[in-house]
Amino acid sequence: MATHAGGLTGTRTVRVRGLRRGFGARTVLDGLDLEIGAGEFVALLGRSGSGKSTLLRALAGLDRDVAGTGLIDVPVQSSVVFQDARLLPWQRVLDNVVLGLPGPDAPRRGRAALAEVGLAGREQAWPHQLSGGEQQRVALARALVSEPELLLADEPFGALDALTRLRMHDLLRELCARHRPAVLLVTHDVDEAVTLADRVLVIDQGRITVDTAIDLPAPRSHRQPQFLAYRESLLRSLGVDRTEG
Amino acid sequence: MTASVLTRPRTPAATVPAPRPRRRLGPGRAIPFGAVLGPALLLALWAVGSAAGWLDSRTLSAPWTVVTTAGELIADGRLQDNLAVSAQRAGLGLAIGTVIGTVLALVSGLSRWGEAILDGPVQIKRAIPGVALIPLLVLWLGIGEQMKITTIVLGVFVPVYIHTHNGLRSIDSRYVELGESLRLRPAVFLRRIVLPGALPGFLLGMRFAVVGAWLSLVVVEQINSTSGIGYMMDLARQYGQTDIIIVGLVLYGLLGLLSDGAVRLAQRKALSWRRTLAD
Repeated sequence: MATHAGGLTGTRTVRVRGLRRGFGARTVLDGLDLEIGAGEFVALLGRSGSGKSTLLRALAGLDRDVAGTGLIDVPVQSSVVFQDARLLPWQRVLDNVVLGLPGPDAPRRGRAALAEVGLAGREQAWPHQLSGGEQQRVALARALVSEPELLLADEPFGALDALTRLRMHDLLRELCARHRPAVLLVTHDVDEAVTLADRVLVIDQGRITVDTAIDLPAPRSHRQPQFLAYRESLLRSLGVDRTEG
Repeated sequence: MTASVLTRPRTPAATVPAPRPRRRLGPGRAIPFGAVLGPALLLALWAVGSAAGWLDSRTLSAPWTVVTTAGELIADGRLQDNLAVSAQRAGLGLAIGTVIGTVLALVSGLSRWGEAILDGPVQIKRAIPGVALIPLLVLWLGIGEQMKITTIVLGVFVPVYIHTHNGLRSIDSRYVELGESLRLRPAVFLRRIVLPGALPGFLLGMRFAVVGAWLSLVVVEQINSTSGIGYMMDLARQYGQTDIIIVGLVLYGLLGLLSDGAVRLAQRKALSWRRTLAD
């Protein structure tokens, strides 16, 4: 899967330099630097309160009320997936997907995006008629229908049950392989990060403290010894030290 | 081993205290024709009272007298003529008032400046009864149609404003954030998020407004009018014809009820995406 060697250093999708953000006297991001290459899948791990969501919201341009400085260079074509599906309850599924999508072929593209996430035939359903996992799949379709260069996902599977989450991992990997956006996935789930990402970052006290490329062959699973090694080392850097193995 | 667990006889029911039925917290299932039950009861009381002679026909005519009178009024065309005039006034006032109320609510709901400038005066108007404004309106506009329709407009726009504004301000800020993340143009944001989000509030305001339009009508038509249901009733008062007064009252009631029903129907159609206690 990691076969984008050519483009990685040449094209940068995201560049962040010296990013500072604070709420009152509390500093949340403390001179943070970050780069994401085109088509690169980066997972961002961190304990709660470490500033991972603040970083994502800064990249998404959703933090106008937060004081701070620093350089943020992100593509205009970027989409956000929130932890909640955030579908408009008064719009049918298809209308939610094509919300803000310009052009006369928007409905056709919306239908195609819904088919891609396995929801063909549910275009005219109301959001409340879908399960939590289905709603989140609609949110994914909405994020990808505009063919973004950057996908920002803030714990998108955090509210789903374990089985649904596994299926969503497969779907997200598939969609990213096809559309090749750069991805920043904020998560607190180490397994999710190792399963999905090309590179895993750990944020702590407002800075990136760990930056590990995940070099694992395609069907990643717990059975790979390397998987467990990555997992243990990441858990340790998150302050979870489980010596019992 | 699992099999033995599965086949183990269950504890005899007699020894287990029967579980108390779970208390239902919602209002329960809808009663068929529930909406007409109350009015029908009222009508029955009135009929019984008249038949038994508890109600003097000079104080309150019997239902059947009212029906006969209504029939006569329809036969000579007075009812239809007056109703048409009244309906036109109420409709026009309602339409203008709704537009004004909605536009003011949007301006005041979407901009802090708009709110600072508009909200105060509307709240002040809300505290002044429509009747109290009539002397001033008569001085300004005379006693013609302009004054009548203005009075209705002033009664209508306030509830539309209050409820639309409230509905708009209750839109979840997460949807606003979604709009920002999708870079929605202001027009699309308005059409897809603001207007549908404020619709439940607007429709609630409309329920107050339609009834309010008929109420204002009663007031204005009994002042210097030469047509309309209110005029017909005022004329009947001078001749002591309680039956005609009651025909007018029933008509007002029916019109209020029908227009409220129409708004509720629109509500059910337009808000079918909602799942609430009412369903």
